Amino acid sequence: MTYYPHTDAERQQMLQTIGVATIADLFADVPAQVRFPQLSLPPGLSQMEISWEMAALAAQNRVPGNDITSFLGAGAYRRYTPPALDYLISRGEFLTAYTPYQPEVSQGTLQAIFEYQTMMAALTGMDVSNASHYDGATAVAEAVIMAVNVLPKRKRVVIAPTVHPQYRQVTRTYTQGMGLEIVGDADPGGSLADALAFLNEETALVIVQTPNFFGQLESLDGLAERVHAAGALLCVVAEPLHLALFRPPGDYGADIVCGEGQSLGLPLSFGGPYLGYFCTRDKHVRKMSGRLVGETIDADGRRSYTLTLSTREQHIRRAKATSNICSNQGLMALAAGIYMALMGKQGLRQTAELCYQNTQHLADQIDALPGYHVWRERPFFQEFVVECPRPAAEMKQALLAQYNILGGYDLGQDYPHLDHHLLLCATEMTTTAEMDALVAALKEIRS
Amino acid sequence: MNDPLYEPLIYELGAPGRTGVTMPTAPFPATPLPAGLLRDELNLPEVSEADVVRHYTRLSRQNFGVDTTMYPLGSCTMKYNPRLNEAMAHLPGFLEPHPLQDAATVQGSLEMLFNLQTWLSELNGFTATSLQPAAGAQGEFTGILMVRAYHRSRGDTARDTILLPDSAHGTNPATSSMAGFRVVELPTDGRGNVEMDALKANLGPHVAAMMITIPNTLGLFEEQILEVARLVHECGGLMYADGANMNALMGIVKLAELGFDVMHYNLHKTFSTPHGGGGPGAGPVAAGEALAPFLPGPIVALDETTSPPSYVYAMPAQSIGRLKAFHGNFGILVRAYAYLRAHGPAELRAVSENAVLNANYLRVKIGQAYEIPYDRICMHEFVAEGKLDEEGIRALDISKRLIDYGFHPPSNYFPLGTPHTTLKVHEALMVEPTETESLQTLDRYAEAMIAIRQEAREEPELLRGAPHNAPVGRVDEVYAAKKLVLCRAIPEIA
Repeated sequence: MTYYPHTDAERQQMLQTIGVATIADLFADVPAQVRFPQLSLPPGLSQMEISWEMAALAAQNRVPGNDITSFLGAGAYRRYTPPALDYLISRGEFLTAYTPYQPEVSQGTLQAIFEYQTMMAALTGMDVSNASHYDGATAVAEAVIMAVNVLPKRKRVVIAPTVHPQYRQVTRTYTQGMGLEIVGDADPGGSLADALAFLNEETALVIVQTPNFFGQLESLDGLAERVHAAGALLCVVAEPLHLALFRPPGDYGADIVCGEGQSLGLPLSFGGPYLGYFCTRDKHVRKMSGRLVGETIDADGRRSYTLTLSTREQHIRRAKATSNICSNQGLMALAAGIYMALMGKQGLRQTAELCYQNTQHLADQIDALPGYHVWRERPFFQEFVVECPRPAAEMKQALLAQYNILGGYDLGQDYPHLDHHLLLCATEMTTTAEMDALVAALKEIRS
Repeated sequence: MNDPLYEPLIYELGAPGRTGVTMPTAPFPATPLPAGLLRDELNLPEVSEADVVRHYTRLSRQNFGVDTTMYPLGSCTMKYNPRLNEAMAHLPGFLEPHPLQDAATVQGSLEMLFNLQTWLSELNGFTATSLQPAAGAQGEFTGILMVRAYHRSRGDTARDTILLPDSAHGTNPATSSMAGFRVVELPTDGRGNVEMDALKANLGPHVAAMMITIPNTLGLFEEQILEVARLVHECGGLMYADGANMNALMGIVKLAELGFDVMHYNLHKTFSTPHGGGGPGAGPVAAGEALAPFLPGPIVALDETTSPPSYVYAMPAQSIGRLKAFHGNFGILVRAYAYLRAHGPAELRAVSENAVLNANYLRVKIGQAYEIPYDRICMHEFVAEGKLDEEGIRALDISKRLIDYGFHPPSNYFPLGTPHTTLKVHEALMVEPTETESLQTLDRYAEAMIAIRQEAREEPELLRGAPHNAPVGRVDEVYAAKKLVLCRAIPEIA
């Protein structure tokens, strides 16, 4: 089926106005020898047939919380999303608008993003937020680009091995043409302190994550002072929900706070679309990439909003822009803002507290099982590491095949010395019954 | 404020202690929170769910969208976004799985991705496609990193230059410099094509690739594209196609057959996924034999050794790496799949034909009142001159006046007419109607444009003061940059 409205009679009328005989005449500039190729594609379907076909595909997937029990986190978390959120972002005026280049007909998007920026700055304890990057991984890569723009003579970036492995991979992909040296994570067993041994006068940026990839909350007091003493900037990659309870990185001196905003009410959606959030200090705002909404006035002096500081951006600055980013994750930023508003100060804290309590409860029970050992050297928020009696890959396989449980993340994939370790996650959506089922399964699998 | 359209900030709507959605406490004894790591205050809104729904509903009504009005932004392809696609992306089987689930538990999603890869490769005659890039600009960046990796894999490390036409969208030069390349912008000839003499003068062993948007941002098909590709290849360079304007070419030509080595799609343009007020998009990259091994991954492959065959993740042999966590903007890919599934080969070609038909119809209609600097058959869009010297009217004035007629303005923010270009356009009115606008709507749009041209002569202040019927009057963008207020929490406490 198709979505264009033309009838043959209308097409004829239009061709006449244009002054050509046939539609094919409009394509005379396309070289004749390659014009109108055969396409080997399946025939088009009706809406009804498409919905049948796609429902059948979707039904082949096992849905966490419905067809399967999941303890997967590792950078994407199952969240409760109030239905009002999807209702609001599905409104056509938000959903089908473009980037708000024309502020007079985009005040809805602009004000909502301005409010999102305000809430993110409050949550992270920073001065400013941009209007989004693609995801947590690319936000980290953009932090590197910003830091070397602020400190153009410095070519080293120190990244802790406890930063999400995919974020570190993406950072390396992004920077492969930039002549930078990315160090600190070569030893997968290294600590934050080990990574900091690489901090020197060449360093532009130090990147740490909280909670770190193992779910732990490390004390980051004094870190900023040490990084600043070397003349470098500090980037803290922070899971946003935990900031409802725990100290914001702005409090302990971070220059950039960024990360994955999926936790702010976005569905898992098999990995995207998510939300790269990015906050910094006022003094760096002109080196920050990504769109920004600012407050202004209209011709009658009324408060209004517009995209601002676009002289940083590709459509004005071209080869000298702070980044090439154009389309961002605008609708997801809108969603995150609506989520924070719906939950509010209290609801967000309650959600974070429930995550925390569920996770501690699960960890306590697993730690009490013979053969299992939970890492408890540091507090953790919604994820923790458990050392298992059998290789993590085998554990996961057994949990899936025998118990229909997604048994967390196999840390051996990225940290070879942790091949008996699972990273387990509980969120506000994890029920006591699900936790009991996992504990019972682990008990049986051991023997 | 008595203004019925005025909407307070969400922070201004709340009251201390008011709650929205509340959450339960855990049904077992609580573990104390770790002291010393906790925050004191949290300055988020304190509003009810009803406050939130009304606030954002009221805000939405201050927006134009494709759902409310024709939105003919050039090179943005603001076509109708079918609701079916939204429904498909909301199927729990697509919306709720975790990206790190074992492949065996998400075979439906992987099959969908595999088919989409296959079809996007076929549409332009390429070998393989990666769906990972999140947007057009990230697709460009991917493609240019692949170009870099390809040359380096052959020990050809001296190629440090990307050639671009000066009509290129700003992301092209920004992408090239992010990937570590030098950018050379080539002038445009009198017919809107790349100037061949300038191209020849800039070719050599330093050229890594030529990056071309096709059709270009003037909405014109490069008439000498085969010769351009031949010359670039002859000097060892590669051809990159920016597929932003693919809506003109589906079933019309395969880019690989024009000599391109790699391209990106914009699924949020050509394949009708909604723009969401700025994103998310999706920018899959398709490549031919030479560059396919460098695609980012993982991509989805079909393992025929299992019974039944199963879909698995595979990393291309010489991959540039990962561009994004997980699998790209999956929800957008679902929507694009639903769109492609509606269209067989004949329907896809008809989409492009009707898009080009609409653009040419408007070009002729609007050309009665405005100068069309490159007045030849266009593809999916065209550019009219927006600077009216005699009346002292700027493109922006015309754009803002269009709002009063109930239309979204065309694109103004393109490189056209900036001092470094050789283009014959001073200020652009870049119009892309798309195929989903009806003849009646096109006629109303043309009538509005022609009426505005008349007003420019007779009552130019009407244009300079526009818009008059919008939620706000002309917004002062300079003041915003000077004042730089980027957030405003109330009460204003730290």
